Amino acid sequence: MTERITKSMAKNIYYGGGMFALLIFLALSFDTVQQIPERSNEVNMTASVVAGKKIWEKNDCVGCHTLIGEGAYYAPELMNVFNRRGGSDVATFKAYMQGWMAAQPLNEPNRRKMPQFNLSEEEVNQLSDFLIWTSKVNANEWPPTIEG
Amino acid sequence: MKYTSQSVAKPYFIFALVLLAGEILFGLLMGIQYIWGDFLFPLIPFNVLRMVHTNLLIVLLLFGFMGATYYLIPEEAERELWSPKLAIITFWVFAAAGVATILGYLFVPYAQLTEITFNELLPTMGREFLEQPLPTKVGIVLVVVSYIVNTAMTVLKGRRTVITTVLLTGLFGLAAFFLIAFYVPDNLIADKFFWWFTVHLWVEATWELILGAILAFVLIKVTGVDREHIDKWLYLIIAMTMVSGILGTGHHFFYMGAPEYWLWIGSISSAVEPLPFFLMILFAFSMSRERKIQHENEVALTWAKATAVIAFLGAGVWGFMHTLAPVNMFTHGTQLTAAHGHLSFYGAYVMIIFTMISYAMPILRGRPHGNCVKAQNRELLAMKLMNFGMIGLTLALTAAGITQILDQRVGTELLGFMESQATIENIYLVRLGFGVMVFTGLILYFTSFFVKEEN
Repeated sequence: MTERITKSMAKNIYYGGGMFALLIFLALSFDTVQQIPERSNEVNMTASVVAGKKIWEKNDCVGCHTLIGEGAYYAPELMNVFNRRGGSDVATFKAYMQGWMAAQPLNEPNRRKMPQFNLSEEEVNQLSDFLIWTSKVNANEWPPTIEG
Repeated sequence: MKYTSQSVAKPYFIFALVLLAGEILFGLLMGIQYIWGDFLFPLIPFNVLRMVHTNLLIVLLLFGFMGATYYLIPEEAERELWSPKLAIITFWVFAAAGVATILGYLFVPYAQLTEITFNELLPTMGREFLEQPLPTKVGIVLVVVSYIVNTAMTVLKGRRTVITTVLLTGLFGLAAFFLIAFYVPDNLIADKFFWWFTVHLWVEATWELILGAILAFVLIKVTGVDREHIDKWLYLIIAMTMVSGILGTGHHFFYMGAPEYWLWIGSISSAVEPLPFFLMILFAFSMSRERKIQHENEVALTWAKATAVIAFLGAGVWGFMHTLAPVNMFTHGTQLTAAHGHLSFYGAYVMIIFTMISYAMPILRGRPHGNCVKAQNRELLAMKLMNFGMIGLTLALTAAGITQILDQRVGTELLGFMESQATIENIYLVRLGFGVMVFTGLILYFTSFFVKEEN
């Protein structure tokens, strides 16, 4: 098969094909960036949600958890934790989060441990707002079940 | 060694191997903590172990690429390196910054680390694989710029070959896509979207150019096959890489908030992604069959062939396993991703560095015909141990991923994440066992450097 392909043909496929793929990629990326605000309900992205994202990053939560399927696989998926642990109710979820974050690390021998991050009540609320906002992102019907 | 400046590659190779030992060691610690959650807790929580594990991998690969470049560029350009002194300074700066960063991860709580490293000025931390503090990220940029300048100046003043052009294109891409790591939108979805520009376009596009160039160089050297012929293969492989890999980024955009068209674009493009790796197998084996010389460093050629095979398995087969959108709906965010990640990074990138070291290191140590047979045999045994270990742990992680999917995502009686993890415990034990095998292989590999020459 390779005998019939010359070096210059291969070179042209590389430059031509590569450029072609790159252009399509850039065009679609441009379109995606336009669509993200609507798909993520950016209108609901309050200052508290943004503050929550910063807390998420500052404590490297993604080093153990996945969020919309990305991250580490040591601890549960959190995109739908609002539905799973809060029953999709804001007050219930926030109360749950306050209790949960304060109780860490759980005193169960050899269970995987979540560190105590010493977040203030306000910070836990911001983190909750961030997770609630994330649960409403249109991720093409993912996750498949409530268990993530 | 034809040019004295090639010797700057030596510290890069040695340090890359030391970091690899560290990476695997932290991998083993994680493997233990996966099963016994109290292990090392709260001394080193899991996220810190993982940060050290993945960051060591990235840094060791950069060290390996740099060492490989500084070794091959003078021979390709047919002149001394533009500035060996700059290469040595870069080595020490990067090594010091790397060690300081790892120590920071280990001894400073991450939240505090963000504060003392001015993360608030330009928040970039706390994202997977890009956890590095701002000063480290800036340092990486400076190191990579110095690396590119040194390589480009050498090439511009000397002979230009297909290998050097491809390598330089890969390096420019590596630098350009890393800059996107400094852009962190407040919107999580936009953040994730651009994060992949660095992560995917490094691993499945620009780094593959570097991989192709190094592989082509070693094959020319150990088989003596005509350069024109090698060049054609190299172009063909990287053409397929670019055509499939760039739009293949779409397989990360299925279920993270990006539009539906990526389901199609990503599935179709990434279904082609195994092809360049398959071509790489054909390349390595047919060059080996058509070889014009019988190089005494036989194990270097074995490494080259094994790289192509394991890269095809890890990146090609294990990638394809979960790359179609309807399958990925169930596999996204499970241990299957970890399985694919482990074998592909090892097969494609760690192994190409082993290949280069296996070829270049004996020459750098004054053994132009390679190490003695005894040392080569030991190296071969070490390679087998590491390969079997990696394949074994990949299979274990695959089984873990499938169990997770059946437990949490299929049927009506679903288990929660932690309950499901408890059912997987034995599989994690098997994974750990294979991890120990990899580490044993690496130690054996290290001892092959100290086998006394027979004559």
